[in-house]
Amino acid sequence: MNISGLKSDTYNPKLESIASDILRPVRINNKGFILWMGFLVVAFAVCIYAYTLQLKKGLIVTGLRDYTSWGIYIANFVFFVATSLVGMLISSVFGLGGAKWIKPIARIAEIIAIGFAAVAGLVIISDMGRPDRLPYVFMYGRVQSPILWDVTVVTTYFVLSLLLWFFPMIPDLAISRTRLHGRPKFLIKTYELLSFKWVHHEEQYKILMKAVRTLLILIIPTAFAIHTVTSWLFAVTPRAGWDSTIFGPYFISGAFVSGTSFLIIVMYFFRSNYKLEKYITEEQFEKIGRIFILITALYVYFNLNEFLVPGYKLKKFDALHLQELFTGKYALLFWSIQIIGLVIPFFLLLFRRMRKPFPLLIISVFVLAASWLKRFIIVVPPQGHPYLPMQNVPAEWMIYKPTLIEAAVTLASIILVIIIITILSKLFPVVPIWEMVEEHGETEPKQG
Amino acid sequence: MMSEEKKNQKPEKSEIDRILESSRRDFIKKAGISGAAVIAGAAAIYSGFRHEKSKHNSNLVKVLTEDNRLVEVPADQVVGYIPDPKRLQIRGREGIEGKKWVMVVDLAKCRNARKCITACQAAHHLRPYEYHINTLIMQENENTPAYYMPKPCQHCDNPPCVSVCPVDATFKRQDGPVLIDNERCIGCRFCMAACPYSARMFHWQEPKDAAADAELEYNVELNVPQKKGTISKCLFSADRLRDNILPYCVSACPNGVYWFGDENEDAVTNGTTKETVSFKELLSKNGAYRLMPELGTKPRVYYLPPKNRLFEFEQPDSEKNQTHI
Repeated sequence: MNISGLKSDTYNPKLESIASDILRPVRINNKGFILWMGFLVVAFAVCIYAYTLQLKKGLIVTGLRDYTSWGIYIANFVFFVATSLVGMLISSVFGLGGAKWIKPIARIAEIIAIGFAAVAGLVIISDMGRPDRLPYVFMYGRVQSPILWDVTVVTTYFVLSLLLWFFPMIPDLAISRTRLHGRPKFLIKTYELLSFKWVHHEEQYKILMKAVRTLLILIIPTAFAIHTVTSWLFAVTPRAGWDSTIFGPYFISGAFVSGTSFLIIVMYFFRSNYKLEKYITEEQFEKIGRIFILITALYVYFNLNEFLVPGYKLKKFDALHLQELFTGKYALLFWSIQIIGLVIPFFLLLFRRMRKPFPLLIISVFVLAASWLKRFIIVVPPQGHPYLPMQNVPAEWMIYKPTLIEAAVTLASIILVIIIITILSKLFPVVPIWEMVEEHGETEPKQG
Repeated sequence: MMSEEKKNQKPEKSEIDRILESSRRDFIKKAGISGAAVIAGAAAIYSGFRHEKSKHNSNLVKVLTEDNRLVEVPADQVVGYIPDPKRLQIRGREGIEGKKWVMVVDLAKCRNARKCITACQAAHHLRPYEYHINTLIMQENENTPAYYMPKPCQHCDNPPCVSVCPVDATFKRQDGPVLIDNERCIGCRFCMAACPYSARMFHWQEPKDAAADAELEYNVELNVPQKKGTISKCLFSADRLRDNILPYCVSACPNGVYWFGDENEDAVTNGTTKETVSFKELLSKNGAYRLMPELGTKPRVYYLPPKNRLFEFEQPDSEKNQTHI
């Protein structure tokens, strides 16, 4: 690893220009940021008010009832866990494979992983009838319950993602601590504290590389575990529609789809708003666009298995379930998701022009929306046709319709993810400075 | 040395004597004291005993102990029993030793009187649409007849709900029933997702009698007081089983649908006629079956097919109901 350009923090025009580019958006006292954060916080507070109503009156304020007892909270939880997987995909799968083009976007992927993994736990709490008894999970936890596995692996994944975001940032903090003119004092102090007296010594880089590599390897099984276990929350039950042996890989491949689409949206936003075109270049979009082709193809393949095989046999309750999806009351939603949100994007991505930043952004927005709705399709319809008929209950208990309060609480979780991503990206550089100096420095003659 | 030894011989003897004597004296003294104490104690006990005996000969009361023994206790010795708040919990989780409760539902006899449902809802303080037991209209296809099927919790021997519970709130007892502890349940509803019989209900809102029941001690064998944000379910009337009484639904049935009893004893009793028959014989003579045996849940509720029906099937308000044809 060539780190000669950074052996010391002394004047180096390349470093100065890269650092000033990347540190430009790192400020929190400008009007734009304050307005944006103000908006997010107010919106969040309004949504939290909805949650207090739920706390007071019980889950009766949601559309959930005895037959469909898991709704958009759980669907949203699955979506969050899924989307957080992109951190592992980019950093580990491609990073360990030696792909250099991921360097400017790896940290963004980790920020996404942190945001979604952190809030996923809160989403589950919003679904609990007795959130006050959350400590019971740790006091009386039983290892045979997949919920325990989920709590364990999601927490582990969150911690590993946090470390994978932080460790490679230490050299950046050291570079930045002297270059944060005009920023609040506490921020500079934080940088000084968190950079751990980093002096850009070769030995320090060696240790750092080793630590990061270990984390990159550890996070692969963890990431596979979080979403496989999440799929098992459904697959371990004997319900038609959930009772599937391929739910693990089906969920993992779907997770790559939603995570990649969200990453592209965030990349596009940072690139244009933070003026990082020099670092997050068209190459990054082209490369991730190609990966997107592979990922959507994989997901189409798993969808084929998940729906075609039971559709061929048409066992009584599988038939009921599939009929609801294919021609019944979920048909419009189901086919829109599958065609507009998956098949068409796959074909569009095959064209090079569609892998330019803007077209890729538009495709990703559709794919992301479909990804969220797909979780709804996975979670809700299988509860609508239990093995024994639904009878003698009020008519509104038979059909699940999410309420406004439910929507607001769900929105709260999404806003919270955006708040976390905003704060992390405004307080710390989103593109690794030292790695950019390394990349760009290699082709240029050394200076200073 | 020798002379000294000689000189000391006599005193030495007397030393030993003294020691012996002192220990003897000590022994007598101690024995005397303890003997006196024993006699005094015995006398006290004896006189106490006589006193008590003379006093209570006429007014002993019969009392049933917790382990079901009938004993006699002097009436004025009876003190008001203040239950240990954990007692109901502990025994509720342990279950009754040596029992294996089973239910047999004779579908030929059910005419959807729904008395089982109302009795159950009254006992467990539930609303009319909150079910521990529900009577369903079943029909396999157009050519087979429709019939009524009371559906309590199946109290599976391999319960999927118990496997998935993260906090041991729902559990399987040694005597068969699957219970739910409303003081432990966190309201994740994983058990509802896992139950293939839709046997569980959730308190989406404040339970019906929440205000009136606020002062009651929680009974895990009755699920009363019911608690908001937790699961509730059929308990095989575990509170009544403790007193050897048939479950609420079983005794409320006017049509002799339910048989209930102990598999270990091979005896089930009809809730309406109170007739007791051999459990195994009842099953074998009537072609009994269990619901969805292919799932491997091993229910403790058996059904006798609706053959030679006692009542004509009447389709009630069909619009509200979902059929599976």
